[in-house]
Order: sequence, then C-alpha cells, then structure tokens
Amino acid sequence: MVALFSVIFLFGIIFSIFYEGLPLFRVVPLREFLFSRQWYPTHEDPEFGIWTLLVGSIFATLGALVIALPLGLGSAVFISEIAGKRWREMAKPVIELLAAIPSVVYGLFGMAVLAPFVRETFNLDTGLNLFSTSIILGLMVVPIIASMSEDALSSVASDLREASLALGATKWETITRIVIPAARSGVIGSILLGFGRAIGETMVVLMVAGGSAQIPRTVFQSLRPLTSTIAAEMGETVMGDLHFQSLFAIAIVLFVITFLTNLITELVFLKRSSR
Amino acid sequence: MVNEASCLLNTHICVQNLNLWFGTNHVLHAVDLCLYEHRITALIGPSGCGKTTLLRCFNRMNDLIDGTRITGTLLLDDEDIYYPKAQVTSIRSRVGMVFQKPNPFPKSIYANVAYGLAITGKYSKAQIRERVRESLMSAWLWDEVKDRLHDSAMSLSGGQQQRLCIARALANQPRVLLLDEPTSALDPQSTAKIEELLTELKKQVTILIVTHNIAQAGRISDYTAFMYLGDLIEFGETQQVFTVPKDPATEAYLTGVFG
Amino acid sequence: MNLRKLSNHAGIGALSLCLLLTALALLVFLWSIISKGWSVLSWEFISQPPREAMTSGGIYPALLGTLYLTVISIAIALPLGVMTAIYLNNYGKPHWLVRIVKVAVNTLAGVPSIIYGLFGMAVFVNLLRLDVSLLAGSFTLAILALPLIINASEEALRSVPKDFTDASLALGATERQTILRVSLPTALPNILTGAIISIGRVAGETAPIMFTAATFYSRKLPKSLSDEVMALPYHIFALMTEGSNAQKQVPIAYGTAVVLLFLVLGISALAIAIRYQIRRKRKW
Repeated sequence: MVALFSVIFLFGIIFSIFYEGLPLFRVVPLREFLFSRQWYPTHEDPEFGIWTLLVGSIFATLGALVIALPLGLGSAVFISEIAGKRWREMAKPVIELLAAIPSVVYGLFGMAVLAPFVRETFNLDTGLNLFSTSIILGLMVVPIIASMSEDALSSVASDLREASLALGATKWETITRIVIPAARSGVIGSILLGFGRAIGETMVVLMVAGGSAQIPRTVFQSLRPLTSTIAAEMGETVMGDLHFQSLFAIAIVLFVITFLTNLITELVFLKRSSR
Repeated sequence: MVNEASCLLNTHICVQNLNLWFGTNHVLHAVDLCLYEHRITALIGPSGCGKTTLLRCFNRMNDLIDGTRITGTLLLDDEDIYYPKAQVTSIRSRVGMVFQKPNPFPKSIYANVAYGLAITGKYSKAQIRERVRESLMSAWLWDEVKDRLHDSAMSLSGGQQQRLCIARALANQPRVLLLDEPTSALDPQSTAKIEELLTELKKQVTILIVTHNIAQAGRISDYTAFMYLGDLIEFGETQQVFTVPKDPATEAYLTGVFG
Repeated sequence: MNLRKLSNHAGIGALSLCLLLTALALLVFLWSIISKGWSVLSWEFISQPPREAMTSGGIYPALLGTLYLTVISIAIALPLGVMTAIYLNNYGKPHWLVRIVKVAVNTLAGVPSIIYGLFGMAVFVNLLRLDVSLLAGSFTLAILALPLIINASEEALRSVPKDFTDASLALGATERQTILRVSLPTALPNILTGAIISIGRVAGETAPIMFTAATFYSRKLPKSLSDEVMALPYHIFALMTEGSNAQKQVPIAYGTAVVLLFLVLGISALAIAIRYQIRRKRKW
C-alpha cells in the first residue's frame, strides 16, 4: 500500500527528467548530443554536444578510483588480515564516520587548501584541475571501498586461512592467493559502488574541477563533468527553453549511467550468493 | 617421565618438556612424547584435555592465537622447531595437517593439491603435475577425479573433500601427517574409507591423529597417548593401553566412566 | 625461501603504507578544516544572523534552516519508509510487487543527488507551484532519505528473531498485532539508528536543495513553509563561489564547515554509539 510510494517516486523521477529532457532531441539529434564536442548552450546559435562533459565525468571518476582503490583496498586488507582485533573494532566505526562527511566539506578543502597547494607546487595557473579533483574525489570514495571490501574480506571463512598457513604459505601468500580471490565479488562490488558514487558527485567537482568544458589533455587541466554542468548552469536557464531542456537531457544520460552501474553491481552480487 | 624407553629408539619426532599457556591458562603440562616413525599414534582424551592443542604444536599453528606462550622443545629431525630463529613456513611445509571440517580452497581440485608446491616457486610445471598425480593416488582419490582435475573442489562430496585435503597435505611430502578428528564430520562410509586409507598411508608417512572416538583409535592406531586436563597420562602400544592400562584414569576413560 | 620472506615483508609493508597514507590524508583534511574554522567560532557565530552582505556576523539562519529541512524531511520519510519496510519484510506478497519495490528502492539509493534536485525543481517547485521553499526542499530531501530508511528498517525487522514472532503468533495474535507489539518494538532501536544516520546524511546534502529551497541572501528567519531558507551546506558553497569578499568570507565558510561537521559527525557518532549499546545489551 504505502510501499508503492517508492515506486511512484522512482518513476516520478524518471518520468520528470525524461519529460523535460526528451524534447531537446526534437531539435538536437541524439548522436550529436552525445558525441559532439561543442557545448555552447548560451551562444546565439546554441550547440549541445556533451562529449567533453561526458569524458570529463569519466576522467574524474577514473582518477578518483586510481587514488581510492589502492588506498581503500590496501587499508581494508590491512585492517581485516593484519591488524589485531582491537584495532579492527576501532577502525570500523571510524570508517563509517568518515563516510558520513558531507561532500561540500570535501569541496571546501579541495578548493581552499589543496588547489592553491597544487598550483604553487607545480607552478600552474590554477589548482582547480583533474589532478586536484581526483585526489579529493578519491579521498571521498576511500571509506566506501574500504568498508565494503573489509566486510567481504573478513567474511572469508578462517579455516581457509588456516589451511593455507598449514601448508607452509606466508601471510602475504595467503592473502593474495586465497583470501582476496575468495572475497572477489565483494571487492568488485565495492569498486562499482565507489564508481557510482564518484560519477554522481556534484559538489566536489563543482568546486574543484575548474569548470572549463574541455577534455583535459594533461592531468593539470581543468575539466567539467556532467554533474557540475547541470548544477552550474541551471541557474542561468529559463524554464522550458532549449538550454533548460538540454540540462535535463544531461540528467537522463547521468541517470542511465548510474542505473547501469547499479545493475552490474546487482549482478555481481547475485553471482556471489549463488555460489 | 612416561617415555624414556621410546626415546632410546631412533625416533626423530619428539616433544620434550612442553608447556603451553593461553594467556594465564596453563593448558599443557610438561608433555613428553615421541612418535614412532611410520606408525599411527592416536591422541585420545575427554574434551578440553589439550589433545588438539598438542597436535597443533607440531606445526606451530598455535602461534596464530594471541597470547600463546610455549616452553620446551619439539624436535623434528634434530631441529627444535621452537628455536626463535626457526623458519615457520618451512616447518609447516614439512608437517602436513588435515582439519576436522574439510576445508578445500574454492579453486580447482588440481590447484588445491598443487598449492603447497606452487607457492615455493621451485618446481616446474611437469614436476607439479607429477606430484599432484602421486598425491591424489596416495589419497585414493585419483580414479574419481582424474578426468575432472580442473573442476571446482567444492563439487566433491564431504568424504572426497577430506581425501582431497589429505592429498593436498601429502603433496608437500611431509615428515609427519597431523589429523584433527578428520572423520567426525563425515558419514560412516567415508569414515571407513579414510580409516583404511590412513592404515595404508603410514607406510609413507608418520601419522598423529587426534580422535574422540575411542573405537577408532583402537581400530587404526599402533600407539595411543591418553591425555587428561593437560597432562599426558599414559602412552604405549594400543593393544596394551586398551587391554591393560597402567593408569586408573586411562581405564576409567576407556570404559566410559567419563568422557 | 628468502624471496618469499622478502615479498611477505614487502607486501605487508605496502599494505600498512596504504593505511598510513589514508589516515594521513584524512587527518590533514580534517585538521585544516577544523583549525581554520575554529578561530571563527563563537557563541555569536552560531546565534547571530549574517551582516554586511554576508561578510561578517553569524550563521544562525542557516543553522535554523538546516534544522527545519532535516526535521521535516525525516518526519515525512520515516513513517513512509518504515511502513514500506514492514510491507517488504512481513507481508511480502504479491511477489512481483515486492521485487519491483526492491528494485525501485535500490535504484533510488544510487541516483545522484543532483538528479533529486532536478526532480524536486521540476515537480515541487514548478509543477506543484510550491516555489523555492522550505516545503519543496523538505519533500525533495524526504525522497532522498527514503531508500536509506527503508534499507535500515528492513534490516532491523529482519533481525528480529523468529522465535519472538513465532511465540506471538502461537499465542493467538494476528499478524498485525505481532508487528505492532513485537516486531516493531524489538526492531525500534535499529530503526532509530538508521533514521539518525539518515538525518546526518540529509543535513549535509547540498545539490538537492540548490534549486528547491536554498538561498544565500536571505537574512530573515524562515517563518513559514513557503519561505526560502538558508542551509549550512549551501552556505559554505555559496560563500566560496558567489561571495564578493573572499578574504572575509572564506573564514566564515570554514567556520560553517566546522559547525556542519560537528553536527553531522556528532549525529552519526550518536547512532553508532546507540547501536553499540544495543548490541552489548541484547542477549540474542
């Protein structure tokens, strides 16, 4: 009865963004929308190609994962396999707390502390670029990856570890050959979750990525992902006009991406529970 | 105190004056025990007597438990495995262990048996393949799995999984094979098969088996050690211990007065 | 053997390095925010409205705004979420409907917050003509919180031991009575924990309220549901990006961030502490 509300809301969300966004495609063909590099919505003769924005989102997310994966997974393995019981008990709530920090605070740090630091250290024009964004976004995603991976690793049955050690394996060999492979689906799931979180993040990229709709050629160039485009430009549009619609169209693309990521994550977990 | 006679024989696997504490809990009291080579020695006693703890001393698996303290020596071929500078991983590869609940890795049958060799990096593929075959044959599992070596080990039945674990341990060609109640989780048929297997295996390797099943000890072991509350009460040929036990506690346990 | 020992030490060393780096980065992060914001904090800061075009004064309206938004949205989401969870866990039929609802909940949980903001804008602000208001923002945040509460409540209900419900039914109680008198009270602490965590989450969100509720330049306190509100996270963002006087406003942003951090982390820590106490006291 009441449960239907969630279904209603979901479909409401989907419906509304499609409703507002689809009309754009009467004017702009889908292929051009997705693959054109010209994002000039405010020009006299506006153009709506989101390729640079899409690539921006992907680069920022991949950059974040490059940072978050080793730090998050490494920490998770350490906590689960090497740290003593007391440390493990302390670490879990700490990770949970870290995951609760609002993204705007990360953005503040990135904008006010990291970016100037990067700018000075590397002698750049601005510190608001892919490099800084990856670091902050990655930091934000670390608790997610660490928490889920640690859960997956510690639920590997301890008699598998014992069997490995009894055969003369070192701790490291046991970790790499037995424990991590056994926890594979949980670890992959955590990475996918991190990916979804990073690609959907708005505030951090709004504050740290720099804002120019270009494909960054080096790590030190600015970029502008899909999310910050929507947030930054929505204020400049008139309800119902082409620009307005184009932002909703971006929302459609974003939704599709996160939905697919979610789907893949579910499949990964389905595989694990069927073992 | 119990064992001077056997120590005169040329056994190379001896425990001398072993004491073990878990924290402040004094769990093993001055145990002296020697294992006869190529024989099956059974460790029996009521639960909590320390027999599994003693078993795990032989391959230093108790080291994994926080707060363990050990004094005394355990000689494996004239090397004291508790010598501080000893290489634990090397010791463990010379002592095989089979656990109570079969615990094959979630990998292929082949990968399970090859594990102990693969981690050393010292064997060629051909050598590993040969050793896997030998071990599976020794464990009486070869015929059943030779056509599906790369299937998952989890697809085997309980009894087969346990034989797989035996094969896995044998692949390292250990000096001693330690078994911790290996059949208690298995059905009677699998149990019988494994008991037969062990009787055959002792020609290859010295066996120490912990069992709470007195009848099993009587069936398969050559020597029996009876433990009670952390002390080694009696040790001798199984025949003799079962028919004319020297210690009244032994007799009480064997006749089911307590257990 | 030496190589293996070496790899063992190297591997474990690398892992501890990962943990150290993570801890270091987070410490630097938290330290810089707190140290820079601490100096701005004072009783005035929390209790006074901003002055001189947002270049001095306090953040009281934003604090109040966040409070209102949070309380109202959770008040909406909590009953809806718990009832949905009860349906999913205890009634569970028809099967196809349960599956659809579960898929919907999981998908909602993964939707980026900006899309919630767009939805809120399209529907509450424009369609329902609520305009940028406290109400519109609260509705939007409520939908955001819904999947969190549903998941937490469902897990809480699921962990009620079957023995309890069996005993109740065996004594002749109806499903409904069992739920109301046995399942809910037993699951209540865990549901509460979930609600508290959602509160923390909602208080810190910026994107959903950007176009539905938040404003930067309002100095009056929200008097009705249809007023625009200031909110802590949006205030930080606006100070950094829309402000006219960086020198004066950046420190205010830090101060606001510290207040927000304490609020959110305090709430989350409370939830974790409650959950820990429950686990300790419970004997099942």
